[in-house]
Amino acid sequence: MGMLRVLPFVMLMGVAALAQSPRYGVGRTPTPEEIRAWDISIGPTGEELPPGHGTVKEGALVYRAKCAGCHGATGLEGTAPILKSKVAKDVDLWERGRILPLRAPFATTVWDYINRGMPLNREGTLTADEVYALTAFLLYINDVIPEELTLDATSLPKVKMPIGDNYAPLPEWKPRTPRLKGYPY
Amino acid sequence: MGSRQPARREFLKSGAALAGGFTLGAAAPAIGQTPPSPKMIKGDTDLIAYGQRSRFVTSVRIAHGGRPSPDAFGLVFHVAAPLQDSVGVITPSSLHFVGTTRGSYIPEIDPGEHRLMIHGLVDRPLTFTVEDLKRLPSVTRLHFIECAGNRSSRRAKTVQETHGMTSCAEWTGVLLSVLLKECGVKGGASWFVAEGSEEVKGASSMPLAKAMDDCIVAYGMNGEALRPQQGFPLRLMVPGFEGIFHTKYLRRIKVVDRYYMNYNDFGHMDNEPKEAALGYQIGPKSVITFPSAGQRLPGRGFYEISGLAWSGGGAIKKVEVSTDGGKHWNNAEIKGTAQRMAHTRFGYQWDWDGRETELQSRCTDELGSVQPSREQIAKYWNKPFDETFSVPGLDNSIQPWRVASDGSVTNGHA
Repeated sequence: MGMLRVLPFVMLMGVAALAQSPRYGVGRTPTPEEIRAWDISIGPTGEELPPGHGTVKEGALVYRAKCAGCHGATGLEGTAPILKSKVAKDVDLWERGRILPLRAPFATTVWDYINRGMPLNREGTLTADEVYALTAFLLYINDVIPEELTLDATSLPKVKMPIGDNYAPLPEWKPRTPRLKGYPY
Repeated sequence: MGSRQPARREFLKSGAALAGGFTLGAAAPAIGQTPPSPKMIKGDTDLIAYGQRSRFVTSVRIAHGGRPSPDAFGLVFHVAAPLQDSVGVITPSSLHFVGTTRGSYIPEIDPGEHRLMIHGLVDRPLTFTVEDLKRLPSVTRLHFIECAGNRSSRRAKTVQETHGMTSCAEWTGVLLSVLLKECGVKGGASWFVAEGSEEVKGASSMPLAKAMDDCIVAYGMNGEALRPQQGFPLRLMVPGFEGIFHTKYLRRIKVVDRYYMNYNDFGHMDNEPKEAALGYQIGPKSVITFPSAGQRLPGRGFYEISGLAWSGGGAIKKVEVSTDGGKHWNNAEIKGTAQRMAHTRFGYQWDWDGRETELQSRCTDELGSVQPSREQIAKYWNKPFDETFSVPGLDNSIQPWRVASDGSVTNGHA
């Protein structure tokens, strides 16, 4: 009886293992630590976020020291892309400019972007705490979060970005299919 | 044969008598019944080791989009290929267009140290060296890469400026699907993120269906290793998708269950669903490279009109050429066999009567999609077709070239 119950389970496992078994045996298995060290893709759930935390106040200091040179004292005056909208709050978000800490649909996108891409020519030099702090500062100056919120791996993914789901979903891509049916005719 | 020998010996003797640095053969006289010899290029170690083109061939890439490349700091921005001089379908690696995310130095990567990691929603994460990848079954395919910013404008003076941000090469590598099967993709996986190892570690989310269909982890280009400007030692080829997805210096592929909205993805956000749909796959596109703007026809008579056609939707099935500004269309000849997501050379035999006219080309791909005119695109979007109209998504509109009665060719959009 016990055997009968287990048997289908074992057979399923066997089929799955067969279908998924490696064919060539080439390549090396990375350790979990290696994967963690390499994996800088921060998705919307924030599950990859490292330990650390940062406040708006700390972010303002880091910003002044490491970002203001290119982005300007308040995020508006530099040669690099502006970081704060110049357009009034009551205007549709899509009309307020391509401002990362305002238009991004997830706060994790802001974190990911700063962490991998900033500062220009000194990428990879910011600590996790500094990235949390900068994210907090930039979200604060765009009125996305209150001044007292500390960002960490738990609070950051919970930030509600103003765009919500007000952006176009990507269509499902299929091989051998026109990109947009009926376009242009 | 026999009569050549003395002349050759004479020639060698006189060459040996000259001090080094003279071009050999410069003084070679016409002897007997053989025509005079051309000047000779003296062999040197470098030329023997790695050949060079003739000094009479001067076609070069140019900085694209108004930013200098290199700039004062040695940063490289966008660089366009000289399509006006191209023949056949392969862009030489030295002339292949270059695009960078935001301007960058070219990373100098030791291939012995480089690793590609595949992880995320897989049964067995794996790390590959370049040597590992070369042990696996390979594919060799012709594919174009085109930058999403490859857009004609009324200011552009040549086809290099209107269309130079596309190129086509023969790529060799391992199908990404082979690597993913080796790792075992878990149920629920639907997207993957590809990441480069340059300074910004540019990353893009792409549909897993594309990975399983035809993506290549390439280590070879035009019969040799990739060039550093093209992603040495590994580049992800995503045939038919916009250039930015063809991740250079590929270091990591993460299999995920949602669009990750990472670095490059933010730039692709759109508020209009139909425009978002134009964001991945490149539509059918063609351009006449000869005669094209900046060139001059020496006089009336026969010319083979020549150009390139390509589509992200597959192989080019048909190319048509108009020699009267789009009033009548004639089938062009497709040279060789059109490959999927590859530049395809076409030709059309034309007798120019010496009168002012306008040349255009349009193509149809294997899906039946037809390259549109700008006017047709404006009509589709219900927008007025005037100077303010800008083609949404990648601009695959028909390019008109105006031929004046003096043979000069100019941009028909100007």
